Amino acid sequence: MTLSVRLRHAYPGFLLDVAFDAPPGVTALFGRSGSGKTSVVNAVAGLLSPDAARIVVAGRVLQDTEAGLRLPVHRRRIGYVFQEGRLFPHLDVRQNLLYGRWFAGSDAPIGPVVEMLGIGALLHRRPGGLSGGEKARVAIGRALLSDPAMLLLDEPLAALDEARKAEILPYLERVRDETALPILYVSHSIAEVARLATTFVLMEAGRVVRAGPAGEVLSDPDVVPALGVRAAGAVLSARVEAHEADGLTRLETSVGPLWLPRLAAAPGSPVRVRIAAQDVILARHRPEGLSALNILPCVVTALRLGDGPGALVQLRAGEDLLIARVTRRSAEALGLIVGLEVHAVIKSVSVAQADVGRTEAALDV
Amino acid sequence: MTDWLTADEWSALSLSLRVSVWATALSLPVAVWVAWLLARRTFWGKPLLNGLVHLPLILPPVVTGYALLLMFGRRGPAGAFLEQAFGIELAFRWTGAALAAAVMAFPLMVRAIRLAIEAVDPRLEAAAGTLGASRPWVFATVTLPLILPGIVAGAILGFAKAMGEFGATITFVANIPGETQTLPSAIYAFLQVPGGDAAALRLVLIATAVAMVALLLSEWVGRAVARRIAAG
Repeated sequence: MTLSVRLRHAYPGFLLDVAFDAPPGVTALFGRSGSGKTSVVNAVAGLLSPDAARIVVAGRVLQDTEAGLRLPVHRRRIGYVFQEGRLFPHLDVRQNLLYGRWFAGSDAPIGPVVEMLGIGALLHRRPGGLSGGEKARVAIGRALLSDPAMLLLDEPLAALDEARKAEILPYLERVRDETALPILYVSHSIAEVARLATTFVLMEAGRVVRAGPAGEVLSDPDVVPALGVRAAGAVLSARVEAHEADGLTRLETSVGPLWLPRLAAAPGSPVRVRIAAQDVILARHRPEGLSALNILPCVVTALRLGDGPGALVQLRAGEDLLIARVTRRSAEALGLIVGLEVHAVIKSVSVAQADVGRTEAALDV
Repeated sequence: MTDWLTADEWSALSLSLRVSVWATALSLPVAVWVAWLLARRTFWGKPLLNGLVHLPLILPPVVTGYALLLMFGRRGPAGAFLEQAFGIELAFRWTGAALAAAVMAFPLMVRAIRLAIEAVDPRLEAAAGTLGASRPWVFATVTLPLILPGIVAGAILGFAKAMGEFGATITFVANIPGETQTLPSAIYAFLQVPGGDAAALRLVLIATAVAMVALLLSEWVGRAVARRIAAG
């Protein structure tokens, strides 16, 4: 395990009691505001001193209250990207980028990071004159250049509008794929998490209610109520095959082709596609004469009937798991049970550009 | 210059400037430190320190001067120690006038600098910590540059207060021409003798001019520093 967190802290009227382990990659801390996500990140960074804690990052013990060990903030080598950026207003962008690098005693050139984040044109500007998206990118660069052992991102996109988010997400994917840093990512946007996360940690009222591989947790019908049914959706890994003449892109998944509106990715590149639960239609037999292009053979692996009219169905589609939200009436009419073979029907146009992200390199090999 | 100022008047002006510069220069670092303690730390006795700092502001200056005389006079505990250990004599010397001015200016400086420190977002300081800066480095590289306008304002305010200090000075070091007779003491002295009105008026004009220059300078420096910090 690359990241191991155990901590207990009693606030007046709120008990934080959290434990999770995560392998390399992006670990998403997901939960409503007030669920304690930021406290966990602050404890890892050393900005919060919990009553009891044991925090280990990549074999380095940052804190162990039982052993009386506590590394001070400035010696933890944590690259923290704050929600509001927190750039130093009296320094220009270049000086901001060099700040942590100087304390780390690092002589790594700033060129690659500047290029990766596309901030070369900003180097001599002051933070006061930057847009929200530019600030977020500079803050990420500043954290990366401090030679961190780990990155903490506390809702770095929360203050941005949708267009800016779409602008930054590819950069975060590059950070994930081009550096081997473990990343702890706090978010309450399921779309961001689905694109970025390897591991998913769901928090509620100061506790971890579920932790595990992102694909598994996101497609778990029992987790969906905590995420909100509208946000529910699973991630399908695919590879871009070809851009076709009529404006569609053909992707190859482990269970057959998937056509989506043209993607920016080059043929051959691996992507992950978030399929919202409410965009999946189920059929017992392979439907004919249907406008929807994508029909994937699946097997029902779990079923959860809600208290209301809805039902959630987890499906195994080759190597991935999908989740579909249908009505209880349909579930009964189709006779859905675990082990039943069905076809998942997905409209091409229901998958938005923002739902498609690049895959981490690790899944490539 | 001496043709429009008498030797006594000239020595009062130059003494006042010397006393005020020393008073400001020596108490400024202490004021920054105390302001930082009051703004950023919680510790036992903080209200006591806060009260002690502000005491010269609310006590009658004569009381402050008398307290200084008791402590730093030749027979006072601190005064005897300083004289024996370092050969520093304070009572009835210009150095004593500088000490009195420093003590009187101190609360004003602390207040201005403390306000500036409290206006610095502590989250910026936390961010500097995560980037590898230890607490003294955070102060030197983030807090200090951001509070520079406050420090300049505090220093000029302290300097102006030191230039005008009268009650504590005259009580502690008396009114000796050439040694402890600062501008305000000189004005007071001229007003006590028949025909001294003209000389007093000249010194009043000088005091006003020095105060105005200090004020304009502080505005200008403060604005320049603020512009440099907030430049877009």
